[in-house]
Amino acid sequence: MSTITRGLRRIPALLTIAFLILITAYPLFWMFINSLKSNSDFLNNPSYALPEVWTWENYVTGWETANLSTTIVNSIIVTFPALILLVLFGTAAGYALEVLVFKGRGTILLLFLAGIMIPGQMIVLPLFTASFNIGITGSLLPLILIYTATGLPLTVFMMATYFRAIPREIFEASTIDGASMTRAFFSIGMPMMRNAILTVAIVQFFQIWNDLLFALIFAGQRKLNTIQVGLLNFSGEYGSINYGPLFAAICITVGGILVLYLVLNQQIIKGLAAGAVKG
Amino acid sequence: MKSVLGDRKAIVLLLTPALLVYTLIMLVPVLWSLGLTFFEGSPLGGFEFAGFDNFIRLFSDSAVWEALWFTIRYAILVTLFQVVLGYGLALLYNFVLRKSSVLVRTLVFFPVVLPTVAVSLLYQKIFQSAPTDGLVNELLVNVGLGSVDWLGAGTTAFVVIVIMDVWRSIGFYGILIFSGLLDIPDEIIESSRLDGASGFRLFRHIVLPMSLPIVFASFIFSINGTIKVFDSVFALTGGGPGDSTTPLTLYMYRTAFQYSDYGYGSTIALLLTMICLVVTLFIFRSSRRDITS
Repeated sequence: MSTITRGLRRIPALLTIAFLILITAYPLFWMFINSLKSNSDFLNNPSYALPEVWTWENYVTGWETANLSTTIVNSIIVTFPALILLVLFGTAAGYALEVLVFKGRGTILLLFLAGIMIPGQMIVLPLFTASFNIGITGSLLPLILIYTATGLPLTVFMMATYFRAIPREIFEASTIDGASMTRAFFSIGMPMMRNAILTVAIVQFFQIWNDLLFALIFAGQRKLNTIQVGLLNFSGEYGSINYGPLFAAICITVGGILVLYLVLNQQIIKGLAAGAVKG
Repeated sequence: MKSVLGDRKAIVLLLTPALLVYTLIMLVPVLWSLGLTFFEGSPLGGFEFAGFDNFIRLFSDSAVWEALWFTIRYAILVTLFQVVLGYGLALLYNFVLRKSSVLVRTLVFFPVVLPTVAVSLLYQKIFQSAPTDGLVNELLVNVGLGSVDWLGAGTTAFVVIVIMDVWRSIGFYGILIFSGLLDIPDEIIESSRLDGASGFRLFRHIVLPMSLPIVFASFIFSINGTIKVFDSVFALTGGGPGDSTTPLTLYMYRTAFQYSDYGYGSTIALLLTMICLVVTLFIFRSSRRDITS
């Protein structure tokens, strides 16, 4: 009897799990089948039906009309330089604030920490004014700098926390051979932080890649559109007449992230959770 | 030994880049924004000193209070769902699925990393009512209820925003709280099971108290994000219909970039920043009290 009752007992749990899988995966599956439908298919058949004809051309039309090759390149041009600067500056500052000893380091760490609270709206107007006056609003440079700066508070704080776990003697010992603390940072600190850097980079990658507020303001010109702004504009201009290509464009942006997720899912999950706890 | 760690050249070299970028791009603009609250205008049209006009306007502007009310409703509701449902998910992972939960965890987490714009456009389609019904309306019609113009009215649009943001973040809170539950030593749970505690009593007296720290952490993280909600609302409803789903962040964006009023925009941004500050301090104080009592 015990196996039967135990089996019955598991039914609510199994139903919950089935429900979870359904509500997570089905919208994405639904999005995919709709990306393959023609316009008449949309108007004549229920949305949950499979496509009458598998219209793969939607992907070509979507790619071209949504300007995806430009917007994806723009997003890459912005994201990776910002990530590199962020990791380099953030790790160095974390090391300086946690390993090295000087007056006022607690205050500076606190100053960085305060930045986590500041909403983007509080800095965006002066930044736009300044970029406009300097004459760099026609390039992606402001976005690279802004993402570097806005990512620093969390990055510095996380790196400082990771450095705290490493005994200082390791760094001190290296100086016996005559290395400076700067050398010790590059030859010992950075390599030891490999995993931490990967975690930080993952957290910041999604922040930057998915950002909309700064991108709307600094990448509003068509040639500067990042993938998020480009997709939104595409939906506004053509979304109400080109259903299939719009779904296809959404699928492409989701698909890129899916590939990344298939490769790195456990690191991504751990990284984002660590970012929240440390923040 | 202290002199080695006090290497001045290294401190300057390693700290300066980050501090410089952070100061120039975050701290200075914050102060600059504070200054802007006393002006009217934009960089294109020029600025004019306005004294306290912006603040007087802020307190008498009904749109601000509506936006604030939207922000509060949204933040409280979404934070509550994120933490409570996330807790439920974590319990499921930890006590029901146990070691076999990796696959479900990984799947449910996936929406977390998706671009907000893509998810918003998907939800527009799922809750669509014209020219054809989307998925949700088809379901409603098939069970005999009528179709609803979800994004055509403020209250239903609010429901869609909340559903969407809970959908795309729940996997994250599930993992976050799950990692807290993992920290509860197995021996404690086993020994209380031997003492006869099970089901709800085990949860009420052992699991819940021991997971309070992570619940607080999730709560802080969640409210800090929901108060600043912008992307999902902007992409899903654009604040509409009318202004009915406009949070403070979006009202500030419109004031500055559609009506070119940087001064008043900064004043709204300041209000938003003050709210973030107050909420964070409030949570920190109340959590400290809970731990000491």
